[in-house]
Amino acid sequence: MRHALAILLKDVRIEWRTRESVASVFVLGVLLLVVFSVAHDPEPEAAPALAPAVLWVTFVFTGLLGVQRGFLLERENDCLAGLLSAPLDPAAIYAGKLAANVVLLGVTQAVVVPLVGLFLHLDLWPVLAGLALVLALGNLGFAALATLFAAIAARTRAREVMLPLLLLPLLVPLLIGSVEATRAVLAGGLAAARDGLTVLAAFDVVFTVAGWLLFAYVVRD
Amino acid sequence: MRRWLPWSVCVLMLAALWLVFMVVPTEREMGIVQRIFYFHVASAQVAFLGFFIVAAASAVFLWNGSRTADRLAQAAGEVGVLFCTLVLVSGPLWARPIWGVWWTWDPRLTMTVILWAIYASYLMLRAFGGEDDAVRRYAAVLGIVGVLDIPLIKVSVRLLRGIHPAVIVRNEGGSGLTDPSMWIALLVSTLALLLLAVWLMQIRVRSARLGDEVAALRREATA
Repeated sequence: MRHALAILLKDVRIEWRTRESVASVFVLGVLLLVVFSVAHDPEPEAAPALAPAVLWVTFVFTGLLGVQRGFLLERENDCLAGLLSAPLDPAAIYAGKLAANVVLLGVTQAVVVPLVGLFLHLDLWPVLAGLALVLALGNLGFAALATLFAAIAARTRAREVMLPLLLLPLLVPLLIGSVEATRAVLAGGLAAARDGLTVLAAFDVVFTVAGWLLFAYVVRD
Repeated sequence: MRRWLPWSVCVLMLAALWLVFMVVPTEREMGIVQRIFYFHVASAQVAFLGFFIVAAASAVFLWNGSRTADRLAQAAGEVGVLFCTLVLVSGPLWARPIWGVWWTWDPRLTMTVILWAIYASYLMLRAFGGEDDAVRRYAAVLGIVGVLDIPLIKVSVRLLRGIHPAVIVRNEGGSGLTDPSMWIALLVSTLALLLLAVWLMQIRVRSARLGDEVAALRREATA
C-alpha cells in the first residue's frame, strides 16, 4: 500500500512538473470535439443526443494517449527496469500505476466533460452527481485494463499501434455501459441508468482483480 | 489418433454435405438459403470452443510454463479466428435475402464481431511480438482477459437493443428446426467441423513444435 502510494506520488509529481500529458490531452480533447461536431454538423436541438457518444469516444482516445505516455516515460532511461528490480510486490506497482492513471484520466474527464457541455449545448449542473458516478466507474474500468495492456504494449514492437489494437475490442462492454448510463443520466436520473451502471461496476470489479493478479506475469523477467 | 482423424473428418464432412443438400427438407419460409445454417451454427460453436481453449491453455501456461500449452493456445486462437471468420462470412450470405441487409447491429452479431477483433488482436500480438518468452506470457494474459470479457460483452450488447429498432432475432432450436432430419444434419455438421478443428489444431501444434526444434538447432549450429 505504501509502495503503491509512492509510485502514485512519483507519477503525479512528474506530471505536475512537466504538465505535458495534461496539456496534450487538453488540446487533443478540443480537437476531437471539434472534429466530431464538424463531421456530424448537428442541428442545435439535436446536439445533446450526440453527447454521450462524443463524450466517451473523446475520453477513450485521449485516455489511450495519456496512459501510453505514462508507460513510455517509464521506458526512457530504463525506469521500468529500475522499478522492477526494487523489492516491490508487482501487485503494488500495478496498484500505483492504476491510481496514477485514474488521476490522469480524472483530469482528462474534467477537461472533456465541460467542453462537451459547451459545444453540444448541455446544461450539466443538474445532473452532475449522477454523471460523476458514471464517469468514475468508466474511469476505473478503463484504467484497470489500460494499465495492464500499456505495460504489455510498451514492451512489444509496434507499440504505438499495439495498445489501441489490444485495448479497443476489450473496452467495448465498458463503452456500451457508459454511453447507455450517460444517456440515461442526461435524460432523467440515476434510476434509469441502472443497467449501464451494473455493466460498468461488473467490468470494474472483474478487470481490477484480473489486472492485479495478472500484472505479475507481465512484468516478470 | 493421427491416422484415423483425417479419415473421420472426410467421412463426416461428406455425410454432412449429403444430409444438408440431399436429405434435409427445404425450409418453408426462408427457402434454400436456410441450408447455410448447418455450417454457420456449427462454425460458431467451434469458434467459441477455440476461444475457451485459448483461455484454458493460457492459464495452464502461466501456471507451469508448459510450452505445449502455449502452442495449443496459439493453435486454438488461429483456429478460433478462422471459424469465427467463417461465421461472419456465412451469416451475411443468409441475412441478405432474409433480413434484406448484409449486416445489422443485432446483439449476437455485435458480440461475434467483437470476439473476432479480440482474438485477431491476440494473433497480431503474437505475430508482432516474435519468438520471446515474454511475448508468450503477454499473449496468455490477453487470452485470459479475452475470455473474462465474454460474459461482459454478452450482457452489455443486450443494452444495445434498447436504442436500436427491434431486429429479428432468430430463434435457434425451437421454431426453426421442424424436421428431425434437420437436427441430425446440424449434429453431423457440428461434429464434422469439430473434428476438422481438432485436426487443424493438432497439425498446428506439431508444426509449432518442429519450428521451435529447428530454431533450437540453428542456435546450436551458430553458437
